Amino acid sequence: MNGGAGAAGTTVAKGSSQAGGRHRDDRLHKALPTLVGIASVIGFFLVAELLIQFGVLNRFIIPPPSQILGSFGRVITEEHVFSRFLLTATECLTAGVMITVIGVAVGVAMHRFKLFQQACETWAAALASAPMVLCYPLFLVIFGRSAWTMIIMGFVSGLPPVILKTIEGMAGIRKVLINVGRSFNLTRSQQFWKIQFPAALPSIFIGVRLGLIFALINIVGTEFLINFGGLGQLIEDLAERYDLPGTYAAVCFVILVSILFFMALEKAERWLIRAD
Amino acid sequence: MSAPAADAQLNDPVLSVDKVSVRFETREGPVVAVDDVSFGVRQGEFLSVIGPSGCGKSTLFNVIGGLLTQHQGTVSVAGETIDGPHKSIGMVFQEESTFPWRTVTDNVAFPLELVGMAKAERVERARHFIKLVGLDGFDNRHPGELSGGMRQRVSLARTLASKPKILLMDEPFAALDEQTRLLLGDKVLQIQQEIQQTTLLITHNITEAVQMSDRILVMTYRPGRVKRIVDIDLPRPRTSEIVSSEAFGRYVAQIWADLREEASRGMREAEDQVLHHQGAES
Repeated sequence: MNGGAGAAGTTVAKGSSQAGGRHRDDRLHKALPTLVGIASVIGFFLVAELLIQFGVLNRFIIPPPSQILGSFGRVITEEHVFSRFLLTATECLTAGVMITVIGVAVGVAMHRFKLFQQACETWAAALASAPMVLCYPLFLVIFGRSAWTMIIMGFVSGLPPVILKTIEGMAGIRKVLINVGRSFNLTRSQQFWKIQFPAALPSIFIGVRLGLIFALINIVGTEFLINFGGLGQLIEDLAERYDLPGTYAAVCFVILVSILFFMALEKAERWLIRAD
Repeated sequence: MSAPAADAQLNDPVLSVDKVSVRFETREGPVVAVDDVSFGVRQGEFLSVIGPSGCGKSTLFNVIGGLLTQHQGTVSVAGETIDGPHKSIGMVFQEESTFPWRTVTDNVAFPLELVGMAKAERVERARHFIKLVGLDGFDNRHPGELSGGMRQRVSLARTLASKPKILLMDEPFAALDEQTRLLLGDKVLQIQQEIQQTTLLITHNITEAVQMSDRILVMTYRPGRVKRIVDIDLPRPRTSEIVSSEAFGRYVAQIWADLREEASRGMREAEDQVLHHQGAES
């Protein structure tokens, strides 16, 4: 009897240790891509460091990663990087909200009214591939040396991909899903919010991601060109002073803005899909 | 209710299709897809419409479901003429039609959500239908995590959750392999017998039609007309085991004899069309 209980106990213990092992394996499996990603970045910097230290790469053109790392403290304390970071992030957020709201609305309207789509889709596509940053003097004249110049630059350059991917997403909705909605007697508004919008969301989010990339590039580029505002201006200042480690450290903060926005977008996409 | 009144109610069709004709304009001229089709489906009955490809089965499905309103003749449910989608008719489509962004529970609860049912209640109701189609345990999965057959069962459960008077299915298992199709046929039969669901199945599969139906309506090739209505006098409850019985074989042979002529005509016309196009191009 005792032996049986003991055996059962051992089996349970074995079972729970096996389950624990599986759980650890699952966690490791999930974390592996992140770990490999981090390791590849560290590996890249190590290789760059070695190539610079051994004179293969010119340290006066590309500063060693160790120097860039060392300059972070100085950039943070002396160059007011956080306020600049906040300014660039706010400009990017404002432009991002504008391209999402207006871009999705225009894309849906263009899909709904075929004449509008046939008349304007080519213009949107042409605008998407145009180097909009060259239009900065126009917006500088209209909005002056203010954050709005950067926001509008970001908006104009980020809008076309959102419009185009929204049209693509709406056009790609399977007819059977629309018919399911019709069979349940959905109103036009229900048909849009319950079926069309969630079905088109993956494509819309690709557009918003692309739009944000274009917006961020143009915002930082314009800050750099007109020497005003956030991180772009800081990069320009540091480059002018030939402070290369500081310049690259400031670039890292631009990358940080991008990462934060992409993380927020991923969360928003999951939330929207769940909220349907 | 007196016995004759009860009989009359039982024999009165819950769905009536009366002299329905559908004509399409094409580049080659007008095509009559469905011509003067009339039939009725009685309460609790399982009726299949079978015909060769191109005989207008899916057109008829769209007319009865209210998705195609440009037609002659009338479709009525319990005496009420319908002209558009109607809450009494629940449709299951041939193509995969689950919402990929919703879990199984949320897919099945969709029609309940539309009528404003409280969340707790609709989840409970959805679970009942998920169990009915044999998918309990998959409540929180997304369609992307399920097989084709399981997804079709989610669609079926979603339609059943709306408690339709008539379940209208358009070749729901067409994309599935033969074994899955037979097993799903069992599931549909079991559900139909359990809840006495009036069902109209559109199919081109003779085995599927004989396995499940009380009556089979055989259609002609273009224009689609009613060629014959065959009563299937096989015992109920049925399962897919019935496919090996002698009586089943006789029904299959009888329907194939009717269909063969139509299917051959369809094939010849398709070949003529290809030759005609090739001649016009050269």
